Amino acid sequence: MTVSIYVPRDAAAVALGADRVVAAIESEASARGLDVAIVRNGSRGMHWLEPLVEVVVGHERIAYGPVKPSDVASLFDAGLLSGADHPLCHGAAKDIPFLKQQTRLTFARCGITDPLSLDDYRRYRGLTGLEKAIAMAPEAIVTEVTDSGLRGRGGAGFPTGIKWKTVLEATGSRKYIVCNADEGDSGTFADRMIMEGDPFVLIEGMAIAGLATGATKGFIYTRSEYPHAIATMSEAIEIARREGILGPSVLGSGRAFDMEVRVGAGAYVCGEETALLNSLEGKRGIVRAKPPLPAHKGLFDCPTVINNVISLASVPVILDRGAAFYRDFGMGRSRGTIPIQIAGNVKHGGLYETAFGLSLGEIVDHIGGGTASGRPVKAVQVGGPLGAYFPRALFDTPFDYESFAAKDGLIGHAGIVVFDDTVDMLQQARFAMEFCAIESCGKCTPCRIGSTRGVEVADRIAQGIEPEKNRELLGDLCNTMKFGSLCALGGFTPYPVLSAMAHFPEDFSPAPRVEAAE
Amino acid sequence: MNLHVSGDVGTRTLAIIDAMKDLEGPLLPILHEVQAEFGYVPQESLPVIAKELNLSRAEVHGVVTFYHDFRDHPAGRHVLKLCRAEACQSMGADAIADRVKALLGIDFHQTTLDGAVTLEPVYCLGLCSCAPSAMLDGAVHARLDAASAAELVQEARR
Repeated sequence: MTVSIYVPRDAAAVALGADRVVAAIESEASARGLDVAIVRNGSRGMHWLEPLVEVVVGHERIAYGPVKPSDVASLFDAGLLSGADHPLCHGAAKDIPFLKQQTRLTFARCGITDPLSLDDYRRYRGLTGLEKAIAMAPEAIVTEVTDSGLRGRGGAGFPTGIKWKTVLEATGSRKYIVCNADEGDSGTFADRMIMEGDPFVLIEGMAIAGLATGATKGFIYTRSEYPHAIATMSEAIEIARREGILGPSVLGSGRAFDMEVRVGAGAYVCGEETALLNSLEGKRGIVRAKPPLPAHKGLFDCPTVINNVISLASVPVILDRGAAFYRDFGMGRSRGTIPIQIAGNVKHGGLYETAFGLSLGEIVDHIGGGTASGRPVKAVQVGGPLGAYFPRALFDTPFDYESFAAKDGLIGHAGIVVFDDTVDMLQQARFAMEFCAIESCGKCTPCRIGSTRGVEVADRIAQGIEPEKNRELLGDLCNTMKFGSLCALGGFTPYPVLSAMAHFPEDFSPAPRVEAAE
Repeated sequence: MNLHVSGDVGTRTLAIIDAMKDLEGPLLPILHEVQAEFGYVPQESLPVIAKELNLSRAEVHGVVTFYHDFRDHPAGRHVLKLCRAEACQSMGADAIADRVKALLGIDFHQTTLDGAVTLEPVYCLGLCSCAPSAMLDGAVHARLDAASAAELVQEARR
């Protein structure tokens, strides 16, 4: 009898040796004359257990991890194929607390299915959202998305339905759906995991967006740093086209929608929507002034929906289960679920999808299990390189858009990076400025010049040169960047800098220099 | 085609353009393909691209130089990219980078004298939950420590 074994194809698993584990399993099985069928699934998101090997025993999938190639022989000795106990065994995968406590709507299939099997996709309710959308008027689809309360998961939190409505009502010979998959924020990997682990859900979401707005062409703009996501996504699009999900008649509806993957070239600023559009057009990734909004004049001056991967990948479940089902999760004006990405110096790093509203402390201490180093948590950066640093004192902040804004922070793309007490917050503030200087598109002065001056001022503080005056100067500079920059790169770089200064003042008061400056 | 294309670079560039110029917004895909073909974007290919896409040479030059990925000269035989973004910093990426630089005897953006390895910084590979991470010729590596980073350098040296 053939035993099915799942080993993820996700880049995180591969980076930790999943391909070598597969080779070891195959050779061990063949040496023992055992029949195994290996399925390369997406990741379940429990990255501290990767590579996570799952063996199908009856109706259960028994999990083992983290598995090294050198563990494989002992796993077979213990009785891997019958789900036997072993020091690396965690029992049934779905019962692991980290997974069991989640509410997986957008990531419902990720880690369970073969990402490139359309049969798997359909078996787990795939395409039902698109089928329902085909039977609906465009206005009704837009209303459903609006009523769900879905807001842009890229960071800005703009209501997705309102964006779609604007494009639906705009006139244009051609309209576009652009998926922003330029996930450049450190601490985030949800877009990558969906593209590698459940690409059809993104295709389905984009096709629904096309039907809702009258757009016939879609682009997924992703990063050259994501070769695995590019390969899986491109293959999934080929399959979808072959099976009539994409093309001149989406699922036989008579309405056309097709799409392609486009690859950036290492510019962080292209994650900003107007810079992304310029890049897609083949120009320098320079930010455009708004208005006009992309919804009116976007890609090639045509009305364009530009949404984050997770926003679009959340649409199929909304259409499938209804707006009310999705809206019932969450708190305040943050409805539905959010895939929180727990990263950095943390014991249990990975992806945790849950309704909005958990406190930051619950996420870091209980779900993440504290630091990997075992030292105390000093700071967590929430929302990527443009997000604020939070001290323990603010760990009661509930995870939603408004609560974080009220604490001078942002949830961004929901990435959380944990730092232990060895971190020097002045150096983190300096890095924020350095990163902005490296990645600035150069269009506006506060970002282009301010970031370089910011690095210099931080260095002067570190050297103990007129620290009080330079701290004030750094604050002033942040203010100029915050209110004078054209886009979020220059405008939000002050968040990590100001939060580091506000919450960790001790790191900004180095011992005064003994020698005189000259 | 009334175009004076001289030499091998021009001809090969032209073949790439011919295959891709019907794409919407073809410049970036063409540049990626040119870099895949030559290992960098040769100066000689720029006027060919400009002419074929009806752009000025300055526009093409502007695009090539804007993006970190495009090189104006060949890299070493292997390209090692180390992530130096925040999540990797929190797990000691700076120390790993110092170690790798010392082992290779070069800094970021440099190539070893024997032409074996080019070292580059990268800002996030999306492996932030298993930091620090690196990419060697497109293959990803995570949870690096001093020993595995040294192994990676060995592999790159070969």
